[in-house]
Amino acid sequence: MKSFVFPEFQIIRDEEKCGQCRGCERQCAFGTHTYDPVADRLVSDDYKCAGCQRCVIFCPKKAIEIRPTPSFYRPHASWSREKLEDLKKQAETGGVILTGSGSDKPFRIYWDHIVLNASQVTNPSIDPLREPMELRTFLGAKPDLMDVTTQNGEIEIKTDIAPNLMVETPILFSAMSYGAISYNAFRSLATAACRSGTYFNTGEGGLPREMREEFGRCAIVQVASGRFGIDAEYLNCAQMVEIKVGQGAKPGIGGHLPGEKVSAMVAETRMIPVGTDAISPAPHHDIYSIEDLSMLITALKEATNYEKPISVKIAAVHNFAAIASGIVRAGADIIAIDGIRGGTGAAPKVIRDNVGIPTELAISSLDRRLRSEGIRNRCSIIAAGGIRCSSDVIKAIALGADAVYIGTAALIAMGCTLCQKCYTGKCNWGICTQDPRLSGRISVEIASQRLSNLISAWSHEIAEMLGGMGINALESLRGNRDHLRGVGLYEWEMDVLGIKGAGE
Amino acid sequence: MAASDPFDQSDPSACKLQVEPSEIDATDLDTKELNGRLRELLLSGAKKAVIRNVCGQRYIGTRLYTPQHLKMNIEIFGTPGNDLGAFLYGHEIRVHGNSQDGVGNTMDAGEIVVEGRAGDVLGFSMRGGEIYVRDGCGYRTALHMKEYEGKKPVLVVGGVSQDFLGEYMAGGVVILLDLDDAGHNASFIGTGMHGGVIYLRGGVEKDQVGGQVDISPLDEADRKVLENYVNGFFERFPDTGKSREEILRSEFVRLTPRSKRPYSGLYAY
Repeated sequence: MKSFVFPEFQIIRDEEKCGQCRGCERQCAFGTHTYDPVADRLVSDDYKCAGCQRCVIFCPKKAIEIRPTPSFYRPHASWSREKLEDLKKQAETGGVILTGSGSDKPFRIYWDHIVLNASQVTNPSIDPLREPMELRTFLGAKPDLMDVTTQNGEIEIKTDIAPNLMVETPILFSAMSYGAISYNAFRSLATAACRSGTYFNTGEGGLPREMREEFGRCAIVQVASGRFGIDAEYLNCAQMVEIKVGQGAKPGIGGHLPGEKVSAMVAETRMIPVGTDAISPAPHHDIYSIEDLSMLITALKEATNYEKPISVKIAAVHNFAAIASGIVRAGADIIAIDGIRGGTGAAPKVIRDNVGIPTELAISSLDRRLRSEGIRNRCSIIAAGGIRCSSDVIKAIALGADAVYIGTAALIAMGCTLCQKCYTGKCNWGICTQDPRLSGRISVEIASQRLSNLISAWSHEIAEMLGGMGINALESLRGNRDHLRGVGLYEWEMDVLGIKGAGE
Repeated sequence: MAASDPFDQSDPSACKLQVEPSEIDATDLDTKELNGRLRELLLSGAKKAVIRNVCGQRYIGTRLYTPQHLKMNIEIFGTPGNDLGAFLYGHEIRVHGNSQDGVGNTMDAGEIVVEGRAGDVLGFSMRGGEIYVRDGCGYRTALHMKEYEGKKPVLVVGGVSQDFLGEYMAGGVVILLDLDDAGHNASFIGTGMHGGVIYLRGGVEKDQVGGQVDISPLDEADRKVLENYVNGFFERFPDTGKSREEILRSEFVRLTPRSKRPYSGLYAY
């Protein structure tokens, strides 16, 4: 059937600069550029371009430019170009529109409407270059009371302390499975996490056996509804186990890793046959209630001999704070909440762009709910979905999070340009693909260095901002909304965030 | 049990270390205490444990992972609670009685034998090992069972199951023997199935199974698989009142997925 959709991008090649080296042809897995030997020139098919800019960056002559196409449908306030084109695609295929990455829709980004405090004259600011700043964070349940005795000057803690995860900076790599992302990208995250004193999350695709010994000390392993690659050794090699109930990009639905991405090694790690769809059902079919969830949490504690904290990850949706309260009471040590801008390797666009609530509002309502019930100490909160920079991290913590997960930000550090074609498995940057020719484009050494640099840069910035507020430990900022003010927000929004307006 | 004890040591010096099987009286033990005791036994070198007066204690066998991969044979008298043998890592469990929900949840390897009935979500997401249940089982049996190369989970049930048997099944073998000739009344069998095989003694109507499932007669290879596991069943339960030969002679149907990629056509380009 003739497609009535026109290309998204326009490829402009400067013929004078082009040296016919065919580099662009090799760079593009979508087959955008081809060499015409008769004319001795490269020709480009705008229809195939994903707009990922790989060829632009790697063209030795800087001869390529890729722009949004100037062609347009007659502008219409209600029928945007995207709505029109999605509809045409569906009329042509009868299928669900897939997409990748986090939602690109203009939901209000609360981070950009919140400003931070700083000390002036009184409570003087602290210079992090001269004075110690404590960014170290412990994730897990804390006791209601601490029973301490002293004997001959020695302090002894008598209370049983639940296992906690010690992280040097409150930034962890979010769950991205091997299968969704390439082996090299996965290994880069693991390497960087170990080097930077933080953790990477395996996602639901298992942890390759040969990585367990080396990277187990900085791994969070996930148990999701598909239960891929899970055995007792997988659970025990890691430092924390996370039950994935939901994901911000696709709350309420499961996932299908398409058979094309189930390569021999992905199959071995997930322990499913090569080429089958790896289907994660929407719910865990052994969890239909808080009591059932409690059973899986306890089963995982049993399986790991009560040595590791258990996290439950849910998508932030309308009544999630009440559910989260149940999750804490069910025995979770950590709750990870993922907001509407959370990323994904593949999700139906209609779900990604319409289901869930923004992370900022979710953090605040969860923190306040647990405090009001007097159970905030019984779990830590990891916030995920749309964290773009160090100020987002520090605002998340002041709103009540203990730490954050970054997914998209980590991928961007490795080269991702958010072209949103992750679900095709043809990522030219070697991130979201299982094609060895493409994944080989990621050097674990370089990519992990870029990730470690990012963590280090953000940590320095967080220390600067903390010092500016006259605070020398992250702990003192947690849920400390007095250090936040809203700009350009409605009253209900400030109520949910629990912050005052600027100038108040 | 002595004759069939797979951990019976032929080395006499090893036998001396373990004169009597270690026993645990579970009367006053809660779940955590019982599993702690069991773990202590395993770490002390015990190859066999007998637990008496079990009444609802959960996750028995779950806390028995050791980096050295120590293995143990566990006999349970009474009724173990939910998630018996969850994440089981190669141990053997025999229950002299019924069991509750979640037997063999995400089990990795080993064997669970239930001399009675199993509850709901039996063999959920099981990826290896074998489960034999003498009587029937509840809802959501064998959901999302999966296999990889030589690692193939097997579930043999003497009776029938309730609804949602084998949903999302991605591998392994499930056999329902219906020894009482009650007939299979379950609905929504095999919805979303994309791997593995289910053998049902007797027959099943088309409207009882999901759209992704083919119902077909057994071929030679199927008969061999069936014979192997039916033999296994009768070895474990010799006194069911039915003979092995009689069961093997019966009519069976085979349920297999139409595609290992049931949702590949769901999406636009």
